[in-house]
Amino acid sequence: MGKVIVVTSGKGGVGKTTSSAALGAALAQNGDKVVVVDFDVGLRNLDLIMGAERRVVYDLVNVIQGEAKLTQALIRDKRIESLYLLPASQTRDKDNLTAEGVEKVVGALKTHFDWVICDSPAGIERGATLAMRHADIAIVVTNPEVSSVRDSDRIIGLLDSKTAKAEAGERIEKHLLLTRYDPARAERGDMLKVDDVLEILSIPLLGIIPESMDVLRASNIGSPVTLADERSAPAIAYFDAVRRLKGESLPVTIPGEKRGFFGKIFGRKAA
Amino acid sequence: MTAVLTQPRPIRLKGRSYLALTLTPELPFEDWLVRLDDLAGRSAGFFLRRPVVLDVEGLEIDRAQLRDLVGKLGTRNVRIMGIEGARPSMLGNDLPPAMSGGKATGDIEEPAAAPASEPPAAPAPVESAAQMPAAPLPTTGAPTSIVVTQPVRSGQSIFTEGDITILGSVASGAEVIAGGSIHIYGTLRGRAMAGTLGNAAARIFCRKLEAEMVAIDGFYKTAEDLEPGLRGKPVQFWLDGETFTAGSMA
Repeated sequence: MGKVIVVTSGKGGVGKTTSSAALGAALAQNGDKVVVVDFDVGLRNLDLIMGAERRVVYDLVNVIQGEAKLTQALIRDKRIESLYLLPASQTRDKDNLTAEGVEKVVGALKTHFDWVICDSPAGIERGATLAMRHADIAIVVTNPEVSSVRDSDRIIGLLDSKTAKAEAGERIEKHLLLTRYDPARAERGDMLKVDDVLEILSIPLLGIIPESMDVLRASNIGSPVTLADERSAPAIAYFDAVRRLKGESLPVTIPGEKRGFFGKIFGRKAA
Repeated sequence: MTAVLTQPRPIRLKGRSYLALTLTPELPFEDWLVRLDDLAGRSAGFFLRRPVVLDVEGLEIDRAQLRDLVGKLGTRNVRIMGIEGARPSMLGNDLPPAMSGGKATGDIEEPAAAPASEPPAAPAPVESAAQMPAAPLPTTGAPTSIVVTQPVRSGQSIFTEGDITILGSVASGAEVIAGGSIHIYGTLRGRAMAGTLGNAAARIFCRKLEAEMVAIDGFYKTAEDLEPGLRGKPVQFWLDGETFTAGSMA
């Protein structure tokens, strides 16, 4: 039985889709069987980021409404054969997602894949709540700025109350992925510090992804950043995040600092 | 030109709890309304002058159906003060406001039973949120105090009639409302309202103050009004007569 991960944030534009694709590709590069599901019905983007936009025939809504079989809608990645994409519909809206339909699709995917990564839409409405509904693990994507942190806090509250696990009295595993971290701005002090974000959200840190042109470049060529350039700083950060996700205890490096010690995150003084 | 900005008497905000009837409609509404009419027919004016909350949790209906139902209840003189369990998309300015956080009390007794000739199987349409053994309606005795072991997240709202103790932090955009005092062992970044049921002796304590608003018994201060020197410090608030007072606990 595979694990279901939701990549969520509340706020838009923080890097959910980029992170879903990068983490999905990184997991698949290790040999695991991975499917990335786009829940952003009406505003789909994951197909572009993964370079599959010209191969979309059926989508999540077709499967939920019984117009297509799951196997017809899944798109296999051309570069990594254990990586699949289930695209969202661009022409429908989120009201076409039903609780029963999502449960059935996620349940079926779990039996075939090691990891089911649900790329949540922004917001706290239907699309977002259904994307998190059946998750075992939540990855909360946050930028080091106040609005993003508060929205993430709201999402963590929903993860603890509105998911199937929470309603069954279990605890959902939550991780923080700090994205678009800009070492130059951090040095000037006009960005929230890592330890401030950790103190406010009080969930474990999965990784820090530096703000980088490599991410933009990878999106433009339709390739997850972990595939486009394995040696780039964001790719290395995503690979490390995946190792932590799989239970390895690896010190978190703050981008822009030569040596990374876990203790530094908590012991640092403001720049 | 002389707008009075320094009102000596602040506006008082107070919480108050009332006992409301909760109606739980079932689909199809036509059949359910027939059963309701039957109940109302047995006891004229059962719903008169009573606050009624409509609980639509789990019903697959849209806004038009909800508005239609509220209208049909209106023609039966059942006026709905609030709607519980509705999706935000179902509500609007033309419908009663959303309600949440209701606490179950005992079942309200249905008016005198139907004549014996009728089948007794008709389910009681009036029920409270949870089935509890019949308790006296106004619950007397000590108000319940609670301990919260999780951080209070943005958008969450916690209410109890007694004291609240919070081991973690209260996030920006979260609110904690107590009839008694509020103790926060983490950082208070959201709102805390103590003594809301008219308890002027209630206090608010927090280990680190970053609050958006604090209030005791209706007197309140927003972040702007708080002394800047208290920010980030362990602080307590209390009422000295009608003066909202803050003091460091360090």
